[in-house]
Amino acid sequence: MRHIDEYRDRDRAEILAAAIAREVRSGRMYRLMEFCGGHTHAIYRYGLQDLLPAKVKMVHGPGCPVCVLPTGRLDMAIRMARLPGVILCSYADMVRVPTADGDSLLKAKATGADVRMVYSTADALAIAEANPDRQVIFFAIGFETTAPATAQAVVTAAARGLRNFSVFVNHVLTPAAIGAILTAPESDAVRIDGLIGPSHVSVVIGTAPYTALAAAHRRPIVVAGFEPVDVLQAVLMLIRQCNEGRFMVENQYVRAVTAEGNRKAQAAMAEVFARRDGFVWRGLGWIADSALCLAPAYAGFDAEARFAVPYRPQPEAKACECPAILRGQKRPADCKLFARACTPQTPRGACMVSPEGACAAHYAYGRFRTVAA
Amino acid sequence: MCLAVPAEVLALAGETATVSLGGIRKTISVALLDGVAVGDFVLVHVGYALARIDETEARNTLAAIADLREVSP
Repeated sequence: MRHIDEYRDRDRAEILAAAIAREVRSGRMYRLMEFCGGHTHAIYRYGLQDLLPAKVKMVHGPGCPVCVLPTGRLDMAIRMARLPGVILCSYADMVRVPTADGDSLLKAKATGADVRMVYSTADALAIAEANPDRQVIFFAIGFETTAPATAQAVVTAAARGLRNFSVFVNHVLTPAAIGAILTAPESDAVRIDGLIGPSHVSVVIGTAPYTALAAAHRRPIVVAGFEPVDVLQAVLMLIRQCNEGRFMVENQYVRAVTAEGNRKAQAAMAEVFARRDGFVWRGLGWIADSALCLAPAYAGFDAEARFAVPYRPQPEAKACECPAILRGQKRPADCKLFARACTPQTPRGACMVSPEGACAAHYAYGRFRTVAA
Repeated sequence: MCLAVPAEVLALAGETATVSLGGIRKTISVALLDGVAVGDFVLVHVGYALARIDETEARNTLAAIADLREVSP
């Protein structure tokens, strides 16, 4: 497949691995965080840690919007789904995520709620148009990659006068989360020497938003594509910056990412969304200026306002280590539940359910290896 | 969640496009991207094209990697 296979090419991977091995310096470690769960999966799936010298350690980050959504927000979606007459539309990633007492959207569906998995917000709009006597709520999750699709759906719903359509907005913002990771207090912090920046968030927002972060925290950030060759090239670029004492934003994913990003998608987001004061992230706590809500002009489409389903803080599952794993402080194998009570078939936490969760990656690709998780 | 896949644009009709994702045809929206042409490769995420793949930059990336190959003495 064009523009994919070239970046899964073993020969290129070995060229990069050899270059990395030549350039790492003795007497130091390089701890590099891959922010995005998609990168965690590429690293596991293609065995990239094995291609890297032992002094290069990859640390998982919190870039999994399914994983960082607090259970209390999922609980609201489940309660919305159970309201009479509601059709709740959701991306498939969310439907199996469990609450602490084992509830989920899929369980709600099994007990009579009308929960529909959709590929696109366009599908949710079509459902709203086909069911004018039902309230259709779209469960909007994701980072800046996904927020434009929600924005486009709201604009379209407004233009078509789709009064039975609403969105439950849970979009979160990447730069704020990167800032939180890099400013964690010493006791909590994982020492990170550099960051691999997210691929498709950056397609939308550009590389410009990371510049202030790299300068303020004096850490290099390299935006990388999702394929294994992309990740390895980004690792090489980070190692060079670490060696040279530089802390710049660099772009490995030049075939898709520019400094300014997708202006049209940004404009759609600016039209439809406003910033919340802050938002609670599983594992990172409350982060200021880190999430979106609907702008006043579109408040009529806000499911939180239309339906009386207040937020109730929910505990996480006992012994679930998702919060520490999302901060990079613990590895999946450190969790007592991992591969025992918590498996992809019987997940206890979002990190196992989500296709981008560190635990799902380790379970699928890593758990029988002798290499540390 | 943030996975986006490169797809070849086969046909355009207003704000929708027919693309080929590794041989599988799908209808997606190009409402979030200007100037898409048939034959372009675009990144598709949850049913929307978010960016065009720049062929020149792709070639540059692969060339830079090839340059790292060490010639054995």
